[in-house]
Amino acid sequence: MKLAPTQKHEVSHVAEVSPAVQFLSIDGEFAPNEAAEEYLPYLQELDEADHRRFYTDMAVTRRFDEECTNLQRQGQMGLWPPSHGQEAAQVGSARAARAQDVIFPSYREHAVALVRGVDIVDIVKVMRGVSMGGWDATDPANGNFRNYCLVIGSQTLHATGYATGVRFDGAYATGNAESDIAVMAYFGDGATSQGDVSEAFVFSASGQNPQVFFLQNNHWAISVPVTTQSRTPLYLRAQGFGIPSVQIDGNDVLASYAASRKHLDDARAGGGPQLIEALTYRIGAHTTSDDPTRYQTPEQLAYWVARDPIIRFETYLRSQGADDAFFDEVHTQAEDFSADLRRRTLELGAPPLSTIFDNAYSEAHPVIDEQKAWLQAYESSLAEGA
Amino acid sequence: MVAATEELPLAKALNAGLRAALAADDRVLLMGEDIGTLGGVFRVTEGLQAEFGTNRVIDTPLAESGIVGSAIGLAMRGYRPVCEIQFDGFIYPAFDQITSQLAKFTARTAGAVPMPVVIRVPYGGHIGAVEHHQESPEAYFAHTAGLRVVSPSTPNDGYWMIQEAIASNDPVMFFEPKSRYWPKGPVDFALSAAPLHSTRVVRTGTDVTVIGHGAMVANLLQAAQVAADEGISIEVLDLRSLSPVDYGPILRSVEKTGRLVVCQEATGFASVGSEIAATVAERAFYSLESPVLRVSGFDTPYPASKIESFYLPDADRVLEAVDRALAF
Ligand SMILES: Cc1ncc(C[n+]2csc(CCOP(=O)(O)OP(=O)(O)O)c2C)c(N)n1
Ligand SMILES: [Mg+2]
Repeated sequence: MKLAPTQKHEVSHVAEVSPAVQFLSIDGEFAPNEAAEEYLPYLQELDEADHRRFYTDMAVTRRFDEECTNLQRQGQMGLWPPSHGQEAAQVGSARAARAQDVIFPSYREHAVALVRGVDIVDIVKVMRGVSMGGWDATDPANGNFRNYCLVIGSQTLHATGYATGVRFDGAYATGNAESDIAVMAYFGDGATSQGDVSEAFVFSASGQNPQVFFLQNNHWAISVPVTTQSRTPLYLRAQGFGIPSVQIDGNDVLASYAASRKHLDDARAGGGPQLIEALTYRIGAHTTSDDPTRYQTPEQLAYWVARDPIIRFETYLRSQGADDAFFDEVHTQAEDFSADLRRRTLELGAPPLSTIFDNAYSEAHPVIDEQKAWLQAYESSLAEGA
Repeated sequence: MVAATEELPLAKALNAGLRAALAADDRVLLMGEDIGTLGGVFRVTEGLQAEFGTNRVIDTPLAESGIVGSAIGLAMRGYRPVCEIQFDGFIYPAFDQITSQLAKFTARTAGAVPMPVVIRVPYGGHIGAVEHHQESPEAYFAHTAGLRVVSPSTPNDGYWMIQEAIASNDPVMFFEPKSRYWPKGPVDFALSAAPLHSTRVVRTGTDVTVIGHGAMVANLLQAAQVAADEGISIEVLDLRSLSPVDYGPILRSVEKTGRLVVCQEATGFASVGSEIAATVAERAFYSLESPVLRVSGFDTPYPASKIESFYLPDADRVLEAVDRALAF
């Protein structure tokens, strides 16, 4: 067995093969490339207020994500997977989804959660170890944002089954874009190697499901480069499964919006599953327990820091007339948001012991009842003895 | 030359054991996620890729079924793969390859195709981790005929048992108690340890026998210390091998104490502890002064980590069972 050596200095073996859809140059100039042309009409739906909302979503996420990293370092959370660097891919696609769409995230989609209305403290609860799932995905307030999935790739099959149900229910392709449902699954470059993800492609294509696979290629699976997962650009792999696909500049929020808008609408209209590969980069560590200096070169990091999605969009907005007052206001909003998140994080207490047992099953179970009663009696005997 | 004895944490002792195995036999390979450049998320394989190269210490694509399934093919080709599963809760994508494939090849081929494959699994709780990072899935594998299942509790056992596991021509599930990766203990590089599949008496006593494996052993020793202050003499056994179980020392201990408490982090229903309790009841019935008792994790999904200490059996829970055993 002979594996090719790890290519540490390779920045993006995929971008050279096919020019990814891009509207904003890395300097923030509006200069759509050829691949972007067919997506232009989707941008025309947007006005200045939408643009500013995209920026605000990204800036607020960047700030609270940093706050959560700090909180973890201060021992307030077990773990935090940072979204730093991936804000454009996440915000553009999340803003493109319609209210009735259903989102199956992995575990790093904090910006998507924010856009869909999830209270970020509910994500903190999972990472702090005070809740198993965090939020109630069946509560409409949470924007059909399903629970995080830590077992790599597993959510792509759940999304596929959900979309199969939507298809059986005829809840798509009626011609009403305001009620027809599309399902979107987020997953990473590493996840594409899991059998579950290939099986999701097979099932989805077989049934021609109304769904979009949103692949964030952030170039790493912890320390393993994307070149270890795939020798072909990942978006091309989908085509082998009969799934139309496109590669986009994932650090261009407009590209992420327009591509997601089109492919979600195509899927909801009965066009079958679609895949979007967003080229982006994990600027931070994999999680707070990771040390990227062991596997990432400073040059590689610098290359991607220069492509920061938020700075790029700020430059664009300024060229469109946004002034300091706007950016100051966003800054204040981001500070307030993360200060509030910090305060509420520190207030989170341990959950009651009954939660160990309460939802192990949805119907009564004799073993659970017996063990719950045992623990209660045991704890009160300790309290008496103390 | 290394000194004969050194104080090392379990993670470093395993690293030394793996290095020795890689150096001794060039058919030994390590494969897993993030084990090469990064040295593993727990640094157990730190430095080994730099030392032995990318064809001996392999950063695989992200797929557990792929890791174990391709290790089976490598074994057919005469290699001795040592697979790392990054965390306990991520072993299940490989379940078919382990239980239906790896475990059965030897029998299916009438012995012509042995499977010298080791699967290392950091397991267990106590580290405040998020879900799927604190489970104790060892019973699934102990239940599967064709697999050997072991778990070291000390750095010395880690160093020796990993080499014994790699030397075995059968598949060995090697469960590493991750909460014990960091505390140091003596490693004797000169003296070969006890055989892989042996139970060890780690503290002698006369009133009650307690037995456990992995991280539980530290709890048992703590419980024995507390009990000693109250005049109760506990004998502590380290199971070490979950399949096959070495019953000799267990039965001898029970013949002496007449009481047995079996302890584990895993859920109790259909567990390794259940098997031991049943066997001791069968074979030592006339020596028993009380029923064999089990202390286990509750039969629920592992809870949110802030309350894991109420889920995991600690020394107090062990002592509560010891008291019940003595009350008979
Ligand atoms: C089945 C499974 N195996 C291993 C892991 C450990 N693990 C957590 S994240 C990760 C890398 C994931 O990479 P990718 O899919 O690219 O997502 P990213 O973290 O880059 O967002 C690994 C190996 C896991 N969570 N699940
Ligand atoms: Mg990735």
